[in-house]
Amino acid sequence: MDQIFELLAITLGAILANNFIFSQFLGICPFLGVSKKIDTAVGMGIAVTFVMGLASAVCYVVNEFVLTRFGLEYMQTVAFILVIASLVQFIEMFLQKSMPSLYTALGVYLPLITTNCAVLGVVLLNVQSNYNFISSVVYGITGGLGFLLAIVLFASIRERLVFADYPKNWDGFPIALVTAGLMALAFMGFSGLKVW
Amino acid sequence: MGNMIAAIVVLGVLGAAFGLVLAVASKIFEVKKDPREEQILSHLAGANCGGCGFPGCGGCAAAILAGTAPVTACAPAGPENAAAIAKIMGQEAPTGERQVAFVRCNGGLNAKKRFDYVGVKDCTAATKVAAGPLDCAFGCLGFGSCVAACQFGAMSIGPNGSAVVDPDKCTACMACANACPRHLIVSVPASKKVHVACANQDKGKAAMSVCSSSCIGCGLCQKECKKDAIHVVNGVAVIDYDKCVGCKLCTKVCPRDAILPAATAEEKEKYKAIKKAQAEKAKAAAEAKAAEAAGAAQ
Repeated sequence: MDQIFELLAITLGAILANNFIFSQFLGICPFLGVSKKIDTAVGMGIAVTFVMGLASAVCYVVNEFVLTRFGLEYMQTVAFILVIASLVQFIEMFLQKSMPSLYTALGVYLPLITTNCAVLGVVLLNVQSNYNFISSVVYGITGGLGFLLAIVLFASIRERLVFADYPKNWDGFPIALVTAGLMALAFMGFSGLKVW
Repeated sequence: MGNMIAAIVVLGVLGAAFGLVLAVASKIFEVKKDPREEQILSHLAGANCGGCGFPGCGGCAAAILAGTAPVTACAPAGPENAAAIAKIMGQEAPTGERQVAFVRCNGGLNAKKRFDYVGVKDCTAATKVAAGPLDCAFGCLGFGSCVAACQFGAMSIGPNGSAVVDPDKCTACMACANACPRHLIVSVPASKKVHVACANQDKGKAAMSVCSSSCIGCGLCQKECKKDAIHVVNGVAVIDYDKCVGCKLCTKVCPRDAILPAATAEEKEKYKAIKKAQAEKAKAAAEAKAAEAAGAAQ
């Protein structure tokens, strides 16, 4: 029962209160880069969720059975980057062969994730928080869902920004950054969320 | 020291293991790709303009390879690249002249407005409000949806408020034509310079009242053309580019200046004078002939 409550707390925290983008400021690059259209934002969000979940699982195994065993915890960052890069490569090959439709849907976003700091962030946070295997995977997936939520909301707002009447010299990134800042403020409201 | 060696060994083994897995995976999950697709892709414009109707240049290359798109599908790439693609596909090089887009409206500020539209600056949005702010149901609205659609900077809103194409920059991808809610943009041969810049199909007075540069379907151009290259079809003059030689006689008789390049008043007067002189000469010649005939009869 405690485990379930913990997982629920992790889920709510990862999606709302400690949203990767709005309160931890991880993964800002794809958040700003591929949020011009809702379609591409959804693609990116799903791809990130997918990779974050898998990376959490694999990195947990690597950390627990390789790094800790040899007393090499200080090499976590390097090892995790290695794991994530190979994992993304592997997933890309696997999808291209077995699920071409999903491969074309994710398209260019999959390789982009290699350098997404939210992925590295989630695996390092897993270690920091001493999560067990299940909690790690749940945190990875729900963190990805939080990213998906954030980027889709942001893309929807950016699509509607076309109709907004703002000064011309704010066009492009300035107005996008202001929007992101306001959304982060709104998400701060969730930090008061204390259920358990 | 031992710690360092352990770190090097463990990470080295880890890296080698992942590398091995990837190497094996790349063999297992290898997808045979037709090398021609890459080759075709390298001959496309690479602008991802979407003018061909496929999602991006990759989609177009795949469609050409599959045979669902012609080798000339990518207009921006030009005839040389189309020929190269045809070679890759083992086909004859296509022949055809370079095309450019042309906006069939020169109305702009000449067209009467029914109301001031203050909404989103987009032609499609503007046409949704009471069928558009112009009296003319065929006129260019001038909000620049085509300008936004053009990836090559060839479209602009001209000085008189309707869209114009820069033929030098135009690649005939026709993305603008898809963006125009009034379907005013057509593809024309680049070498032809005379075009009817109006699409108004209304007859006579109806067309005349909505715009000062509308084609009213009077047919003067049709009568004037020596090559049978311009005809009034559905109330609007249409040029047959196969026959047109670009003599511009039609532009000189058009009372509405709807045929571009519009002739100046001076040119029109001059042409009128020439015609008058010709008519008089012909009349005099006919009279002389008649007199001669009469003389011969006597």
